[in-house]
Amino acid sequence: MSEFIIKNGHVFDPVQGIKGDKKDICIKDGKIVDKVGSSAKVIDAKDKTVMAGAVEIHAHVAGPKVNLGRIYRPEDKLFSCTPTKGMERMGSGASIPTTFKTGYEYAKMGFAVAMEAAMPPLFSRHVHEEIRDTPIIDEGAFPVFGNNWFVLEYLKNHEIENTAAYCAWLLNVTKGYALKVVNPGGTEAWGWGLNCLTVKDPVPYFDITPAEIVRGLMEANEYLGLPHSVHIHPNNLGNPGCYETTLDTLKLTEGLKAKNKFGREQVLHLTHTQFHSYGGTNWGDFESKAKEVTDYVNKNKTITIDTGNVTLDETTTMTADGPFEHHLTGLNHLKWANVDVELETAAGVVPYIYSPNISVCAIQWAIGLEIPLMMKDPMRCYITTDHPNAGPFTRYPRVYKWLMSEKARKQQIEGFKHKDKVLSQTSIGTLDREISLYELAQMTRAGPAKSLGLAAMCGGLKPGMDADVAIYNINPDKPIANPDDIEKAFSRCAAFIKSGVQVVNNGEIVSNGNKRTLWVNVKAKENPQVARDINEKFVKYYSMTQANYEALGHHFVPNPYAIEVDATQV
Amino acid sequence: MANSISINLISGRTIQQGVAIESGKEKPSYRTACGIIEMDPSDLKKLGAWKNTNVKVTTDYGNVIVKAIEATQGPHPGVAFIPMGPWANSVVSNNTYSTGMPTFKGTPAKVEVAINEPVLLGIELVQRQCGVKVG
Amino acid sequence: MTKTITDVICPFCGTLCDDVEVTVSDDGKKLLEVANACVIGTEKFLHSQSSDRVTKPRLRQEDGSWKEISYEEAADYTAKLLAKAKKPLMYGWSSTNCEAQSVGNEIAEIAKACCDNTAAVCHGTTLIAVQDIGLPSCTLGEVKNRADRVIFWGCNPAHAHPRHMSRYSIFPRGFFTGKGQMSRKLVVVDPRCTDTAKMADVHMQIEQGRDYELLDALRVALKGEWLPDVVAGIPAEKIREVADILKSGRFGIIFFGMGVTQSLSKNHNIDAAIALTKDLNEYTKYSIMPMRGHYNVTGSGEVFAWQFGFPYSVDLTRGFARYNPGDSSSIDLLLRGEVDAMFTIGSDPGAHFPISAVKQIAKVDSVCIDPHLTPTSGVSKLHVPVAFNGVETGGNCYRMDNVPIDCRKVVEPPEGMLTDLDFLTMVCTKLKKLKGVA
Repeated sequence: MSEFIIKNGHVFDPVQGIKGDKKDICIKDGKIVDKVGSSAKVIDAKDKTVMAGAVEIHAHVAGPKVNLGRIYRPEDKLFSCTPTKGMERMGSGASIPTTFKTGYEYAKMGFAVAMEAAMPPLFSRHVHEEIRDTPIIDEGAFPVFGNNWFVLEYLKNHEIENTAAYCAWLLNVTKGYALKVVNPGGTEAWGWGLNCLTVKDPVPYFDITPAEIVRGLMEANEYLGLPHSVHIHPNNLGNPGCYETTLDTLKLTEGLKAKNKFGREQVLHLTHTQFHSYGGTNWGDFESKAKEVTDYVNKNKTITIDTGNVTLDETTTMTADGPFEHHLTGLNHLKWANVDVELETAAGVVPYIYSPNISVCAIQWAIGLEIPLMMKDPMRCYITTDHPNAGPFTRYPRVYKWLMSEKARKQQIEGFKHKDKVLSQTSIGTLDREISLYELAQMTRAGPAKSLGLAAMCGGLKPGMDADVAIYNINPDKPIANPDDIEKAFSRCAAFIKSGVQVVNNGEIVSNGNKRTLWVNVKAKENPQVARDINEKFVKYYSMTQANYEALGHHFVPNPYAIEVDATQV
Repeated sequence: MANSISINLISGRTIQQGVAIESGKEKPSYRTACGIIEMDPSDLKKLGAWKNTNVKVTTDYGNVIVKAIEATQGPHPGVAFIPMGPWANSVVSNNTYSTGMPTFKGTPAKVEVAINEPVLLGIELVQRQCGVKVG
Repeated sequence: MTKTITDVICPFCGTLCDDVEVTVSDDGKKLLEVANACVIGTEKFLHSQSSDRVTKPRLRQEDGSWKEISYEEAADYTAKLLAKAKKPLMYGWSSTNCEAQSVGNEIAEIAKACCDNTAAVCHGTTLIAVQDIGLPSCTLGEVKNRADRVIFWGCNPAHAHPRHMSRYSIFPRGFFTGKGQMSRKLVVVDPRCTDTAKMADVHMQIEQGRDYELLDALRVALKGEWLPDVVAGIPAEKIREVADILKSGRFGIIFFGMGVTQSLSKNHNIDAAIALTKDLNEYTKYSIMPMRGHYNVTGSGEVFAWQFGFPYSVDLTRGFARYNPGDSSSIDLLLRGEVDAMFTIGSDPGAHFPISAVKQIAKVDSVCIDPHLTPTSGVSKLHVPVAFNGVETGGNCYRMDNVPIDCRKVVEPPEGMLTDLDFLTMVCTKLKKLKGVA
């Protein structure tokens, strides 16, 4: 296989603590190595920044609700079509790109891995078909557990072993990666048009609280020793005052310790934190509680977060928080799609326009930046837009710009119609911190990789790790003349090598590489009771037979990479 | 008793149509299932036709010979039903009104007795109208 | 000796039953018995074994007779046809699996074709309405477990989706619907007293083509406002009675079909039905679901959407995807005489398009990929028979509620016959060579 040497670049690698030193990076047979022979292909990275491929910890890029968004928003394709060109299949979609475009856009920004944030288990085949059709980047998907009838019934009686056995089974048959929880209990309540807005609201009929669901799943997660922790979208998303529900949810981690062989230290990952950091009682007195939330996370090292930055675009919201989407369409009266999924979850889709002229949107923008600026440990705070909910992932470079340049933030604030409200309801005006390139590497590479339990494989440039190397046109030795240069540099990398194959050159796709589907293969103890319960529910309540449930077959997962977990010795 | 009557023509699926298409559209069973028009007994009476008589259905879009049978899912006076297929599609409105969808349901049609005219087999019916030479 | 294969998926309609059992001979070549499928599904499985099956591609000669050719030659012909054409139409896709649909998309992109599926004559207008107003929906298991109010509007599942009511919508005893049929109230809206309507608690025998008015009237009745004495042939008291039935449920579902998608007002009918569903969500919980026809038309829409961005009527002629039903849709393209080559697969436009559109197909060079003899193969220049998807080859399909189920292979195809996927892959390779693409 090919040998590469990337010479003269300024390397930022938090895994090895390299903070911009000029260092050569050697690649051989898909891995980073100490040295290569003289016939290695030379890529000159002089005056450029070199980082490991970025790791996307949470985006909605593959699956039924993503595609429903595509189907019902033909207008999302206006002005965003790219023609068939050379290696690239045609693409379209601004907030919900088609699968080919998704892969190309991530690769052009130097992303190596992307995690599909929510997979309804009944639809896992669909998720995997779209993952298969997303070129270049490795992907995994998180099945959702927080409204699953098996989980609700087992956890009502605090049966952790049974819950763990079921979770292991579900990860295996759906080729899933982690335990995702969305609006715990509330989305089952939505099956009747109801919701759970606090961690104590009982789920209709099942009579279990979100607190019991979340705590139980965290215990099951550590019982199994999975690579990632429970990944949670708490109750009460998006409502003024919701920060209290967020803190109540985070407090459920108290007393729990991470148990796993992957270097993961957190027991809970809080996703799109921006949407969960609101104070006030209505849209008039709506204010930021970023400080209260980050204070708690700063003090508790068993929690990691991602930001969920609002990018001030027209975009499409989509989430398994079905009741929230119904609430949102009541606010903005834009078309609403919803799918309730038997025994498992739901999803909703509603377009949204984050206008800089609306004070609430501007405050949301500010909160999204306050959070990473107030987080002390960049290894526990990752940059996302909850794509496409708060903005398209193609806007990440713009978010980096705002984080790395106070001047850019000030420019944006100046442009707000309700600038004064943004300054009074948030503390964005007082924050002068500028994220460094090293911290950026922590927040977009090493940090998410560690949280996902992939620290040995990606997110860094240590010999032995996968050869995912991105080179950007940004010279750390020169002060940044114009903050827009940051955005430009991270939008199109100078070169990107993925698993040892050069896939991008000068911002253009030159190879489809060898994408893999990452999934977690749990070997768990035999559990006859759970096996019987699964069988019974398929016979009585599912609309599909058990034999037809598993996503088996090469056409779904053509290039699997299974992360083995042995949970038989617990 | 009239020489011809006007009815509102709709088309759609039937179980027999479903079985027939899976058996093979070249077979007589397809004609038996779909080369028919289901008419309300009151309409047959108005037309002066016995049930199971061949009739000619004419619309602005074409004409076709089918066998008139008594409605199996009636009563529906004024509405007549030809199962989906080439017989129905010889006469339904092709107007999509810019939606892409022809008006398969709701075409004004004239029905008159055509006792001596044969109902063609499915593939033949289409080939004839398209002027396709069959060797 | 025989063996019985269980959990077989029936490849006929959007109900996509997956509990069929097929008994085959030990050598896997003869299909002997089918259990659990409806009469149509049973016929599909059994007919695949018929002795008069066409098993080789055939090219129409000058004198109208057929000449047998090899798959290789057929693929050559097809690739050349697509390469030469300025505006080929690649239509159908609904009776084949997603892997084949995907290769077909690749072909369409290289050939710069228009591609479309049978939604064009089925639920295309539903898709237009959904694009205007959205779609509150659910999976069929939710109906089974929760629904106590079921409405069939402009559809006749007793004939078109025969096992729908027993598997999902009326008879099953679900988690919260232990009394089965007794747990549910059924309302049917249809201009005829269909076999489905005969089972209803209330049948509104609507004046054909007046669904928009009646849907609107129900929305008015929900709000308790004034109504005229009769709307669409239904008396106001009945409308109010039905509105009360709908409102008093705790989980309702509206299933709808061609009665509203194909009659005048078309997409506006669906828009009104979805608006009614949204209104009902102010009082209780409601969903709405289209009764998809072909067993994988939904899949074709899904694959088009994730690869091109639009669910049907996709125009790739300019090298990027464009969508505008009425302009880029199959019937209109044909009626305007814009199509100069026709590629049909997994569908039968010859039988199901208005004859004026079929005449256009007959005029141009054409390929028809279909195991059956059909009116389309009857007017096409090249007929390529392939293995029956879901019987002789497996592959992923999407049910009417968008749930993906992987069809199984239960029996071998006749000797030497290719699958859609095989043949399309050959065509793709040849087309790439002709177009000088890697």
